[in-house]
Amino acid sequence: MNLKRKHRMWAVVALLLGVSVAVGLALYALQQNINLFYSPSQIADHQAPDDTRIRAGGMVVEHSLQRSGDSLMVHFALTDFQKTIEVEYTGILPDLFREGQGVVALGKMNSKGVFVADQVLAKHDEKYMPPEVAAALKASGKLPPQPSAEH
Amino acid sequence: MIPELGQLALILALCLALMLALVPLWGAFRGNLFWMRFATPLATGQFFFVALAFGFLTYAFMTNDFTVAYVATNSNSHLPWYYKFSAVWGGHEGSLLLWLFILCLWTVAVAWRSLHLPAELRSRVLSVMGMISTGFLLFVLLTSSPFTRLFFNAPDDGQDLNPLLQDFGLIVHPPMLYMGYVGFSVAFAFAIAALLGGRLDAAWARWARPWTNAAWAFLSIGIVLGSWWAYYELGWGGWWFWDPVENASFMPWLAGTALIHSMAVTEKRGEFKSWTVLLAICAFSLSLLGTFLVRSGVLTSVHAFASDPTRGFFVLMLLAVTVGGSLLLFALRAVDLKSESTFNLLSKETWLLINNLILLVAMVVVLLGTLYPLVVDALQLGKLSVGPPYFNMLFVPLMGLLALALGSGLMLRWKRHAQDQWLKSLALPALAVLIFAIVTIIWGGEHRWGIVLGVVMAGWIAVSTLVDVSHRIRFSQQGWRQPRSYWGMHVAHLGFCASILGVTWVSLHAFEQDIRVEPGHVEHIDGYDISYLGATSLQGPNYTAEQGHFVVSKQGKTITELFPQKRNYSVQRSMMTEAAIDPGLMQDIYIAMGERLDGGAWAVRIHIKPMVRWIWLGGLLMAFGGALAATDLRYRRLRHRQPQVSVGLETAPVTEVSHA
Repeated sequence: MNLKRKHRMWAVVALLLGVSVAVGLALYALQQNINLFYSPSQIADHQAPDDTRIRAGGMVVEHSLQRSGDSLMVHFALTDFQKTIEVEYTGILPDLFREGQGVVALGKMNSKGVFVADQVLAKHDEKYMPPEVAAALKASGKLPPQPSAEH
Repeated sequence: MIPELGQLALILALCLALMLALVPLWGAFRGNLFWMRFATPLATGQFFFVALAFGFLTYAFMTNDFTVAYVATNSNSHLPWYYKFSAVWGGHEGSLLLWLFILCLWTVAVAWRSLHLPAELRSRVLSVMGMISTGFLLFVLLTSSPFTRLFFNAPDDGQDLNPLLQDFGLIVHPPMLYMGYVGFSVAFAFAIAALLGGRLDAAWARWARPWTNAAWAFLSIGIVLGSWWAYYELGWGGWWFWDPVENASFMPWLAGTALIHSMAVTEKRGEFKSWTVLLAICAFSLSLLGTFLVRSGVLTSVHAFASDPTRGFFVLMLLAVTVGGSLLLFALRAVDLKSESTFNLLSKETWLLINNLILLVAMVVVLLGTLYPLVVDALQLGKLSVGPPYFNMLFVPLMGLLALALGSGLMLRWKRHAQDQWLKSLALPALAVLIFAIVTIIWGGEHRWGIVLGVVMAGWIAVSTLVDVSHRIRFSQQGWRQPRSYWGMHVAHLGFCASILGVTWVSLHAFEQDIRVEPGHVEHIDGYDISYLGATSLQGPNYTAEQGHFVVSKQGKTITELFPQKRNYSVQRSMMTEAAIDPGLMQDIYIAMGERLDGGAWAVRIHIKPMVRWIWLGGLLMAFGGALAATDLRYRRLRHRQPQVSVGLETAPVTEVSHA
């Protein structure tokens, strides 16, 4: 085998090895780190797994926001107008968080059936609704009582 | 009247772009110099009309012309003038116009700075750039014209610019980012022109190289600015979120980094030719993919303004045509790509191949994590998101490998390198790294193993660099007078070290606390006493704000006073957090107002961020290194040479001391 062919073979072997290891690792890491989205109805019906970090999205129920007096813990309710779940979060809510609007929360279900969020996302302006939330609302047959996001 | 003139200017630019795409290419095909000579005036004319359109849109913003729909949705008469200016690219339509403007700027720059190139190649390059601008002009004119008028019900005042974007960062971030994104179109055009002409010697790589380095430097600055902006403006204190929009700009950067290294091999040694062509196609395609991801509304972020399916579809088609067409051309022509020399396993070539492999795997990792949720959603298999742990888990080891390869490959020569010599030159870096590691293990404190990893990575590169520099200065005739590209390479690599150190420290040793404060409250964090004195209201030009007053002291000595704000922008009725930061090379103190709680209390976010600035400083060093390399004198000397002669690779002595 001449030198050039040998080099080419090594390069191909290294490439294949590198790519397969990388893809294998990447897929494994993906499996471990995807956060599936669940609507409040699905969560209330126990379709969401316990002890796994998931995304829950819906509308924040008006007047449901409660703060504790001495810490940064908040409670609010999340709904898709069919079922409602209770969410607990400790920390600072995003600037765009408002009652009556769509949010996405990341966290786990606890044993009492409360969704313990470690991150709450609310983005864009008041017309905006996270697409998962819009889809969940559509699925529940209750279209959002809001104008569309197009301006 | 002015907006209609803007529209007209865009239509004229489209006509010129179409001619630019066809006439010089036809001339090159027929070998007709007369047709080829049209390239420069057409490129110049195209630039003129797009610049005119851009100027007209700016004028509409400055004069508060709210009959223009785009101005009405993105500006307001109370907006300060500099934000009116940056609001030109604050929305979808305008940012596309900026994209186009920068594309035409690159085109005209190539046209004027490439007079020394063979006429055919030059015509082909400019024609390919003309094709790209034709596509984007059609996109702007058909789906996203910024000059659309509101003939009825024009509002008295505008809806204001998104408050997140009312910031210095937004004035500079998009232009820099686009200079990088779009700059890769030059490398792409050179690669396609080389494929079209069938003249696949290494010359095209030499000509395209300074352009690619320049584009890469701009993209680096753009990403740094984006990260810095997110840090101080979003109020979270994070500098990178693995957000799809960030990834959209990071993927072309990774591919571009691979490209500038592989181009070095192609230029110097005539190797990796097909690989370099493929990378040039890849880098620009990823720029287009980034544009698609950000502009189509498939992602949700501050960058996604409105989701209009026709727009997404149009960019997707542009992407498909570009990728499909160029890969087809590549498949047809790549057979002709022959290496001009060979190399041993232990050589700079091999190590640069390893570099390319790692960078591309890193790019694929990011691509996979970014597209996976979109693909799953499109196939209706559910909705999910990929969290930062995925990216960190894969990216950190990859960067570790990259640092290892970089430090061990720096001093290697082209073609072959004596093994014992190589091991000898690695002895000092290895010893230094060992000492660093022991010192960190002993005094590292908490998270010492992570710190060890960062210190070893950065130290390995830095000491190897020093070894190479001292070796070079002693043994080459030029001494300290090495070419700019040589210094550029080392500056960029040291920038990488600085970023590694910054990321390591800020990831492992940052203090982050969300607390509830009442006036008079003193919080003890990391040796600092941070006392909250109270909040006052104040009035800005287009917002009202609550401003907190914090005094930071250490052992009774006041260090700084910080005034973070919570702003309420009246027109869009949106709340904004203006964090207050005490910046420092070694440490930032970061305070952001969260929400007002009952009884005069506030929820406050306090961060102590060690060495966070090193991340951006490293990025700027990398960009500076790229700029140094792009302005290397030999490219200027090249211009005075005879254009017909293929650059004498074969004649170059193998023992020539090389610079990347």
